[in-house]
Order: sequence, then structure tokens, then C-alpha cells
Amino acid sequence: MAHVAYDIDPVEHRPALIEGDPDFHGITEAVARPVEWRPPWGWYAVLAASLSLLGLFGVSIAWLFWEGVGIWGNNVPVAWGWPIINFVFWVGIAHAGTLISAVLFLFRQRWRTSINRAAEAMTIFAVMCALIFPGIHIGRPWLPYWMLPLPNQMDMWPQFRSPLMWDVFAVSIYGTVSLIFWYVGLIPDLATIRDRARTRLRRIVYGIFALGWRGSFRQWLHYEKAYLLLAGLATPLVLSVHSVVSFDFATSQLPGWHTTIFPPYFDAGAIFSGLAMVVTLMVICRVVFKLEHVINPLHFDRMAKLMLLTGSLVGYAYSMEFFIAWYSGNLYELFVFINRATGPYAWAYWTMVSCNVIVPQFYWFKRLRTHMGFLFVSSILINVGMWFERFVIVVTSLHADFMPSSWDYFKPTFWDLATLAGSFGLFFTMFTLFVRFLPMVAMAEVKSVLPQAHVHNRPK
Amino acid sequence: MNRDETTPSSAPPNARPAPPEAGGKLFGLLAELADPESLMRACARVRDAGYTAWDAHTPFPIHGLDRAMGLGKSWVSAFVLVLGLSGAAFGMLMQWWISTRAYPLVISGKPLFSWPAFVPVMFECGVLGGALGALGGFLYKSRLPRHHHGLFASERFERVTDDAFFISIEASDPRFDAEETARLLREAGAHHVELVHA
Repeated sequence: MAHVAYDIDPVEHRPALIEGDPDFHGITEAVARPVEWRPPWGWYAVLAASLSLLGLFGVSIAWLFWEGVGIWGNNVPVAWGWPIINFVFWVGIAHAGTLISAVLFLFRQRWRTSINRAAEAMTIFAVMCALIFPGIHIGRPWLPYWMLPLPNQMDMWPQFRSPLMWDVFAVSIYGTVSLIFWYVGLIPDLATIRDRARTRLRRIVYGIFALGWRGSFRQWLHYEKAYLLLAGLATPLVLSVHSVVSFDFATSQLPGWHTTIFPPYFDAGAIFSGLAMVVTLMVICRVVFKLEHVINPLHFDRMAKLMLLTGSLVGYAYSMEFFIAWYSGNLYELFVFINRATGPYAWAYWTMVSCNVIVPQFYWFKRLRTHMGFLFVSSILINVGMWFERFVIVVTSLHADFMPSSWDYFKPTFWDLATLAGSFGLFFTMFTLFVRFLPMVAMAEVKSVLPQAHVHNRPK
Repeated sequence: MNRDETTPSSAPPNARPAPPEAGGKLFGLLAELADPESLMRACARVRDAGYTAWDAHTPFPIHGLDRAMGLGKSWVSAFVLVLGLSGAAFGMLMQWWISTRAYPLVISGKPLFSWPAFVPVMFECGVLGGALGALGGFLYKSRLPRHHHGLFASERFERVTDDAFFISIEASDPRFDAEETARLLREAGAHHVELVHA
């Protein structure tokens, strides 16, 4: 096995987090370049493709509002079809951003600084995609405000004993808190772009959002406290969000859903899929925007280790579900699981197992953890697998319910596919605009992990 | 824009700074330091000299600088605690009022105020309150947004968000004296000192 050599940090004597020993100004230049220069042609190509898919999303939603949810494959017994699958999928993607920005911050994982900004942006865009699905799934799209505790002429109020109501609060508050966390982190970097601006328009626009930040240490002191506390708040929040999403299923009495393993199992899966999305995006971005020294193999190595951990947890959850189905002695539960693995949806089940359990096991090898081509392909496979996980949970539990006369084989329609593809259009449009107009690496944070930032680092 | 750009670093420490231009109010002195370590030493000297209206400016937070500057704890945490607890209390109160007063419905024979089912929403509301407290507390304590500040008159100061380290001492400080303070900053290791007029 070839050994991957890292530069060594002269102060900490550990692998250097940033390659090539750049100075502070070098980091500013490298990160600010995509924001200040004409983007490469590839950026326009990706934007055009994303906008096309976003247009498809608009058409799908318009047709849905015109015609009704009958355009989807949802029908009894599978009344919860692709919209819920896509909702859980996108919420899951969001979670890795908060893991990287908040949980790894509390654990003092300083390598997170190179990727946390982009991962948090991914979180916000994924939550946007997620929130659309329950919003358009309600059948009467002019009444989404019924989900909120608002005074109304019917004197009707939401039912807070339902996990679906918990979900409304959990996901919308998660989106809001992620946005606050992301914006607070952006303030010093927006000030950098403001101070480098060559045109008056840029100076004004970036200046407004930079709030007049002047790097004062009296401000940094409050900034750091606020950032630490936001990380401390976001950590239990992110775990609660996917737990609440899993309660949507677990508090029902349907075999295949009604299990106590769901909250930790969903959380591990969410972080697993989100990390895979971060890897997919970063493999591309670091090359397109020439940030290979900032986002380098060391970061991918560590993200792959986290994917190995969370992927193995997901694999453990799959086997434990089966074990409990047998051990509980509950015939309905046992039937659902045997039906999953050998029934009409066995193809989906084994796709899920191959992508989510087998693929991450390759990350035991360091060479594969730092091989960009392998990471790109495997991270996409993992997200295919994680989408299928939600498909398997939703569809196989519902399609053969308690009454055999109502059993059916759920099939998606063209509009199911178009809506899913369209949501990727929204996500990639937002992300493409983000990498062009905002610094995609947290400059101030990366500078603080350079060896020169150490007060005790003597100049040589 | 009035500024006094050039007090070259090679000038003798007692060189008189140029007189302020007409109309420009003296904001204070801005000194540039070479790296985090010299900044930290200089901050300790400014602190020991007894200045109060002064600040250090850095492109990234430097750990230990708060002690070198003699700063205490940041009380943004108090905002988070108060607003977080208020958010959680509001969340529970709202659910209590809706479930027992506004729209009482018996669900599976449970009491109207079945509080365990209300914990998730209470928790989420608490987190929202805490996050708003962190944002609001940070902005309030650091007096942001503030788009006009005396230091923005200095062109050199634009590099503070890139790779430069500064100390600023305001003219409003009772110990401020354009010459004496400039000398202190130079002796403390500043390689460039300038007067800033806002």
C-alpha cells in the first residue's frame, strides 16, 4: 500500500492541515479568487444544467398544483410515496453540514475549517429542498399555513401530540438556526471581500452584509463566544431533527416503522449521506476553483473515516432490525422484513445494502480514502443507497399492509421522477451561485489553523 | 477623506506627526505589528500603560490575546441563557394554551395537558430562542452593524481582514497624547504608526 505523505505542521508536529505552507495573504487570494474573477466556463455549464433542472421543478410543481397529487404514483396502500422519501432524503443530506460545523467544532477537530463553510451552505440548500416536499404534498397548496399555530377565522389550532407537528417546528427551526450559524461565520469573510472590492457596487453590497466588521478583538471575543454557543445549540438540535423525522414513522403502529431503533439509525444515516454529498461537491470544487492545497487529501481521509463509521452504524441498524423482527416473535414484523429482502422490492433492498453497507467498507484502505476518483464514485453510490433506504422504509412497509386484498405494487410516475430531478436542480443552482458569490472556504478560520497563527511560532 | 498616511517607520521616535488636515477630527493612532506574537507583546504593554479606549485588530481570533489586552469574559452567554429559557417556556406555554384552552381535544384518552408529547416542540423553541440570543447578543455587545467608523479612513487598515495586525488607540482616551502614545507603540514593536482622522 502506497503511503500518502502529508506536510508536517512545524508547531504541532502533526500533518499540516493546509498544504504548501501558504502565508495569510495566500489564503485570502486563493479563496477570494472565485468570488472576484470571471468563473471558468465549467461554472456556466453547471449553472445552465442546474437551471434547466430547476425549470423542470417549476413545471412539475405547476402541473401538480393544476392537476392535484393524482399526477404522482401515491395511492392506497402507499399513500406516502416519493414526496416523503425525498423530504427525508434532503433533510438527511443537510445534517452533515451541521455535523462538520458544530459537532466537529465542539470536538476541536481543526481540519473542519477547510470544508465547514461549503458544508453549511449545503445544509441550508438541502433544508430548502426538504421543506418544499411536505409543502406541496398537502393536496390543497393554498393552505400550508394550517401547519402553523396561527389565529384563524375557523378558530382551529394544530394538534401538538402529532409528530408531524413536531416535524414542522424541528425542520423550520433547524433551517433558521443553520442560517444564523452560517451567517455569523460569514461576517469576517464578507468584510474581507468588502475590503478587496474594486468596484463601488461590490463594496456597498458586501459591505452591507459585513455589518461594518473591522476585526476588532473586542468583537472577536463576542464573536467566538456566540459561535461556540451556536455550535453548542446546533449539536443537540441536529440530533433532535432527524430523531423527530424518524418519529413520523416510529410512532405509527405499522410493522417496519414501529421500532425504537429509528432515531439513532436515522441520525447515523443522515450524517452518512450528508458526508457523501460534501465529498461529491468538494472533489469537484477544489479542482475547478484551484483550492487543492486548502481542501486536500487529509480532509477527504477524515471525512471517509466518518463515512466508514456512520456507514457501519447503518449496517448494524439493518441487521439489528432483522434480528429484532425474528426475536420479537411478532409475525407481522417478521413478514415485513422477509418481504423486504425477498419480496417484490428485493431489488431496492439489495441496492440499498450494497451501496450503504458494502461500499463504505472500502474506506478501510487509506489509498482509497484519498483517491479522488474513487471518492467521487463511491460518494454518489452512497447517496443512491441512502435514497433507496428511505424508499425501502416507506414503500415496502406500506405496500403489503395488514389486509392482503389491498396489497399493491407501487410505481412512480414521470412526475415523481421529474420532481426529484427538479429538486436537485434547486440544490445545485443554489450551490453554484454560492461558490461564485460567497467565499466557499472560511478564510478567517483557515488562517487561524496555519502554523504562523500560533503566538509561539518563532519566525525561522 | 482626511488621513495622515505617511509616518515612515524609519522616522525617529520623536518625529512630530503631520498636523491634522482642516475639517478632519483626530480619531486616534493606528499601529501595525508584524505578527501575532509581536501583537500580543505590544498589547500587554498598552494594557500596562493604562490605556482604556484602545483595541487590537486581527484577521482571525488569536487565543490568549484577551488576557494580553486585559479583557474579561464575554457575556453573550447571558443572552443565550435568558432567551433560550424564554423560548422553551414560550414553547410549552403555547402548547398548553392551545391544547387546553383554545382547542381542547381528547386524543386517545390522554389528559388535555399531556406534557411529555410537548417536549420536542418546547426543546426546538428553546434552541431557536438561544440562537437568536447568540446572534442578538453578539451584535449588541460588539456594537454591530456599524458601517461608519474612524478607522475606515485609513487605507492601510483595509488589510486587517487579510493579513495585517493592528493596535488602535483612540484620541478620546484620557492618557492619549499624539507623541507619547506613538512612541509607546513604536517601542512596543510597531513598524508603522499613523494618525487617523475620521
